[in-house]
Amino acid sequence: MSEARGPESSVEPIAVERGASLWRDALVRLRKNHLAAAGLVALFALLVVSLLTPWIAPYGYEDQDLALGAVPPSGAHWFGTDLLGRDLFTRVLYGGRISLLVGFAATGVSLCVGVLYGACAGYLGGRTDALMMRFVDILYSLPFVIFVIILTVYFGRNIVLLFMAIGAVEWLTMARIVRGQVMSLRQKEFIEATTVMGLPRHRVLLWHLIPNTLGPIIVYATLTVPRVMLMEAFLSYLGLGVQAPMSSWGLLINEGVQTMENRPWMLIFPSLALSITLFSLNFLGDGLRDALDVRASKD
Amino acid sequence: MLKYIIRRLLGFVPTLFVIATVVFFLIRLAPGGPFDAERNVSDEVLRNLEAYYRLDAPLHEQYFRYLWDVLHGDLGPSFEKPSRTVSEWIAYRFPVSLELGLYGLAVALVLGLCAGITASLRPNTLTDHVPMTFAMAGICIPNFVLGPLLVLALSIHLGWLPVSGWEYPEDKILPAITLGVPYAAYIARLSRGGMLEVLSQDFIRTARAKGLSEARVVLRHALRGGIQPVVAFLGPATAGLITGSFVVENIFQIPGLGSEFVGAALHRDYTMILGTVLFFAALILLFNLLVDLAQAWLDPRVRYE
Repeated sequence: MSEARGPESSVEPIAVERGASLWRDALVRLRKNHLAAAGLVALFALLVVSLLTPWIAPYGYEDQDLALGAVPPSGAHWFGTDLLGRDLFTRVLYGGRISLLVGFAATGVSLCVGVLYGACAGYLGGRTDALMMRFVDILYSLPFVIFVIILTVYFGRNIVLLFMAIGAVEWLTMARIVRGQVMSLRQKEFIEATTVMGLPRHRVLLWHLIPNTLGPIIVYATLTVPRVMLMEAFLSYLGLGVQAPMSSWGLLINEGVQTMENRPWMLIFPSLALSITLFSLNFLGDGLRDALDVRASKD
Repeated sequence: MLKYIIRRLLGFVPTLFVIATVVFFLIRLAPGGPFDAERNVSDEVLRNLEAYYRLDAPLHEQYFRYLWDVLHGDLGPSFEKPSRTVSEWIAYRFPVSLELGLYGLAVALVLGLCAGITASLRPNTLTDHVPMTFAMAGICIPNFVLGPLLVLALSIHLGWLPVSGWEYPEDKILPAITLGVPYAAYIARLSRGGMLEVLSQDFIRTARAKGLSEARVVLRHALRGGIQPVVAFLGPATAGLITGSFVVENIFQIPGLGSEFVGAALHRDYTMILGTVLFFAALILLFNLLVDLAQAWLDPRVRYE
């Protein structure tokens, strides 16, 4: 929602100085955007809870109590239990771990591939660039959910491969953004200076070009995380992602859908967990975009 | 114009070729085969099956033969469901997905444009914040959450609409809403942004100065420019509507091509996977072309690029 700036941010002079002040400036603006700040806090809370899950969780994620069966939320089981008597609160917590792990790892993969690919294409230019971007265009016309489904079906359903697969298709937009940035930076004097100084090309690329594209990269990466989490949940929902007895929000939602008529809590709690997480990440990403003023620096 | 269309259509060929190649080798090089599940077949039957599907030939030969067949419009026999060929399966299942997709698109456009245009008229007021909050919710609540929740509320508790199926008109309401709402949310945000930009321009001030009614200014003068970002979004949106229908078909048990594809992927039905992927890719390419043409029609400046 880059155009939907709050009234306070739109009246500020948008004279962003590149360098250290960019970050301080961004932080000030981010703090003024209450929704984005709330998103940051929620994300931080989620991170802490996920890291501490094995100690917080009241039960084990596999612990069954067949005699108990599915019971509604109570003091002993905050979110109720599922058909096998497993504590839903515990399973939502463990699902959050998986979501975050996949979200950040896949974003990391897409970050590495996309940034390097885009920077190379933009820096080398000419025919190499045309060829590299043509390949990206072709991949764009491949419905990428289909691509991920194929990858996960054929290369096994383990989590590492799952996020590798998602990351492998999520880098396209990142590559385009970085390429555009690098192409405009290449004209600047300080890059000419590096050529005059005789720096090797990889050094120019890694030390001088990429660091200057950091703003848009961070913003886009923040917006990639919720997309990846959504994809993980989507795949797990279809039965192609994380497998039982492991827990994942998509998997829990799928189980909830099966029995929602009589046991709505099994659907509602995992759905809430997923939606709240996506909300906070999206708000944070939008806020960062406004704070770093990516729109303006892209033109 | 015609030359442009022909050039674009010719450009589809290498793209589809690359996609066919990548997907072909991807699914072949992966472990597991289509007949792994059938343990009680004798070696002889297995050999016959492999001969019938040409799985006994070297991989590169299979690849060239497959391409040759595709060039002749033959996507091959289905491995898992041999009663029909892949082309027949697509012809049988796709109309359902298309219908669902069109309803979804209609919901997305109507809801999204109304919300976005309303929001853009009085920015940063209540009529802006309320629709935009809903838009954010639409983006953050995935359709496999939204669908079941709607079913839970409207079908199970209130009994207004059927839980699943695809026969009567009332069966189609919930799937269309479930599929359309996330795209309505994006369209609302895009049209709000586009309209805000156009409404601040000089020709709108001129139109107002002429004393035109506000409705005429907005609908007749601003809309054409304001929906540009929405038109550009329709390309990726179709891809999303197609893949989004996987989940919606799954939730509401609709016999479309999306559920067929997921089944084919699970059963390693090579020809079915390749056929549907090529079909989806061609569809997306075609739609992107239509979107580009629509953009040129709406904005003369695009034509000179």
